[in-house]
Amino acid sequence: MVASGKGKGFGGSFSGPVLGRRGVFALGGLSAGAGVLSACGGNTGRGEADGDGPVLSQWYHEYGEAGTQQAALDYAAAYPDARVGVEWIPGDYDAALSSGLLAEDEAPDCFESHLNRGMVEAGQLEPLDDLVADVIDDIPESDLARNTLDGTVYGIRMIDDPQYIVYRPSMFEAAGIAGPPETFDELVDMAVELDSGEVKGIDFGEASGADRLGQHMIHSLGLSFIGADRQAGFDDARMAEGAGSVRRLSESGALLLGAPTAWWDPSSMLQGLTAMSWTGLWTMPALLEGLGDDIGIFPCPGFAGGAPTVFNGGWSAFVNANGPNVEAAKAFTKWLWVDHEEFILDWCLSYGFHIPSRLSLRAQADELTSGPAAEAVAIADEFGWAEDPDWTPAMNTAVNDMMSNIVIEGADPEEELAAAVATVNDELDGIFG
Amino acid sequence: MTETETETETGTPGPGPGSGSGPGADTGAGAGRSGVSWRARVGRRLGSRGAAFWYFVGPFLAGLVMFTYVPVAWSAFLSFFDARNTVTPAAEDFVGFANFASMLTDANFLRSLWTFTLFAAIIVPVTFAASLGLALAVNRVRVARAFFRSVFFLPFACSYVLASLVWKMSIFTGVHYGLVNTVLGWFGVGPIAWLNGNDPPWFWLVIATLRLWIQCGFYMILFIAALQQIPEHLYEAAYVDGAKPGRQTFWHITLPGLRATSVAVLMLVLIQAYQAFDEFWNLLPNSGNVPYGRTPLVYLFHTSLGTVQDLGRGSAGALILALLIALVTLFQGKVLGFGKPEGR
Repeated sequence: MVASGKGKGFGGSFSGPVLGRRGVFALGGLSAGAGVLSACGGNTGRGEADGDGPVLSQWYHEYGEAGTQQAALDYAAAYPDARVGVEWIPGDYDAALSSGLLAEDEAPDCFESHLNRGMVEAGQLEPLDDLVADVIDDIPESDLARNTLDGTVYGIRMIDDPQYIVYRPSMFEAAGIAGPPETFDELVDMAVELDSGEVKGIDFGEASGADRLGQHMIHSLGLSFIGADRQAGFDDARMAEGAGSVRRLSESGALLLGAPTAWWDPSSMLQGLTAMSWTGLWTMPALLEGLGDDIGIFPCPGFAGGAPTVFNGGWSAFVNANGPNVEAAKAFTKWLWVDHEEFILDWCLSYGFHIPSRLSLRAQADELTSGPAAEAVAIADEFGWAEDPDWTPAMNTAVNDMMSNIVIEGADPEEELAAAVATVNDELDGIFG
Repeated sequence: MTETETETETGTPGPGPGSGSGPGADTGAGAGRSGVSWRARVGRRLGSRGAAFWYFVGPFLAGLVMFTYVPVAWSAFLSFFDARNTVTPAAEDFVGFANFASMLTDANFLRSLWTFTLFAAIIVPVTFAASLGLALAVNRVRVARAFFRSVFFLPFACSYVLASLVWKMSIFTGVHYGLVNTVLGWFGVGPIAWLNGNDPPWFWLVIATLRLWIQCGFYMILFIAALQQIPEHLYEAAYVDGAKPGRQTFWHITLPGLRATSVAVLMLVLIQAYQAFDEFWNLLPNSGNVPYGRTPLVYLFHTSLGTVQDLGRGSAGALILALLIALVTLFQGKVLGFGKPEGR
């Protein structure tokens, strides 16, 4: 889990902890799902008696975009060979899932998540090589890699959600700024220039970017989370320099802090609180509707002479290896996320925007071939990076802490880097040692 | 209290004790009679005092064993294993005290222990003073007593999550239209991002006010109850001896009279401070996973008990925390004399 390894922000949707209208629906879905689950316990559910095949339980995190839950229910209802109950999990999805998978009979049969070694070594994930065999050349390389561990494919990418910075060209013009920045230091200067008090320079989220920019820096500098020697791959002095730039941004006062909504919600842009904001492709429809032509996007600029970066967030589909109906769950997963291209396109384009994880489908996605959305697809292809299945939340916390200590509290960058490297190496030794 | 005593107490309006269904019961007053006969019947059916004890205590004991002692014991078991994504580790994953060593040398975990100590150091004395002050004030009020008690007690019914959202999204919103920032704006003070960053650490103000708002009313009720237990004649005797109402009687009569309650309150506040999770999770950036304001439970959740299930290290951390709470509580009890007879 990388960058923002939590359920709500990670994959990109502006779902959150607030129990609003959607939350109430989600609870309804949860209880409906619980009914299905209780029917599922004995593996002799009514479905089999009716000749409808087995009963499956499918878990999603709570997507924020209107219509997504109904779409998931519709896909499940359209499947002829099993009765599929959809569980829509609000709140901390990753935590709910990891304890759900330990349960004996309330575990999901198929679910969305992100691949990590812990799940594989605990025998929780069913290999899915045979499901993707026919389309393997159509799956983008990075999406295959992030779902492959030691040569076995465990997950099928459902959606790609590139994360980037959105800005208001009209405000750039008014401030006499020609165009997007080339380097992170330029971005800091622009943010200061754009900051008028009421309208701040940039919204990097409530942690001032300390919860994601460290990870971007690693990729910007051509480094890696974990090196080939299975030690921290980012022990490089330029990291300290890059962190210094983020510190300068934090000190400049140009950050939008204390906004009522989190970074994954486009409200701070729509309400005119900031000239630039960290965001992801899923907010594109809302931004286009609210701001019309007055939006542009650019990738996270390079640090310390490095390249620009785009984190390709999103979600992948998995099958619980310990479920009572593994074969049926595999068949359903293949039906929905490999074979049924119209559902894949519907899921990616009809609600928030996401990039389909199939090269052939990308060409068919009209919504993604013009304007800023097309730009997002292009920079995701050119500068995109994906999470590493061996990277754990403890390692991610170490990098976030390094950034927080440097950026928020002004700690010595070199000492902090050494501490983060040591923590990550300890963790790696614990896993591989 | 024995069965007979119970019946004697409650059976006064009716006939003599122990004769619930006798002829006397037929002539007894309605309410009293039904009271007597009900208790007598239940008492007879239960058979003995021992059985009654288990009827009442049994369910709670079963719950306590199942939901507290078994998990604690299991967690202790797991803490000696390299238990990732499993609650039933294999024998070869036994690692001895390695998980404890790892947690105790983890700078972040140690810093989180320091954070909650700081939190407790702020919140315990302030809660104590504020709830005692409220109790004294409300106890003096002559009109609308019930109203004032309810008003201060009501926030206790609010969940930390809900209150956190109100604090975060309306009162202490960091942008210029947040409630506090609007008021500050009238005096020309620029908007303050209350919950972001650590320089200055404004977030403590938000967290402390929230916790005080929720818990002071509860402890106020405890203090009011205790205040009413202090015999009035002690004050009268003091006045006869020339004491002045106010500071003198407060220090020498009221405060000593409140000792048992004070010790209990301090202990409860302290334990609750150690267990802080909800408001840190909901108020601070990145779900509380920031090194400068991370409580032990938030740290354990993020690194080993939530998304990733490193249950060995997580359990070790939880046990270290539990041990620390027990030690500090015992120490506090020793210093303040918990459980000793009230000194009058």
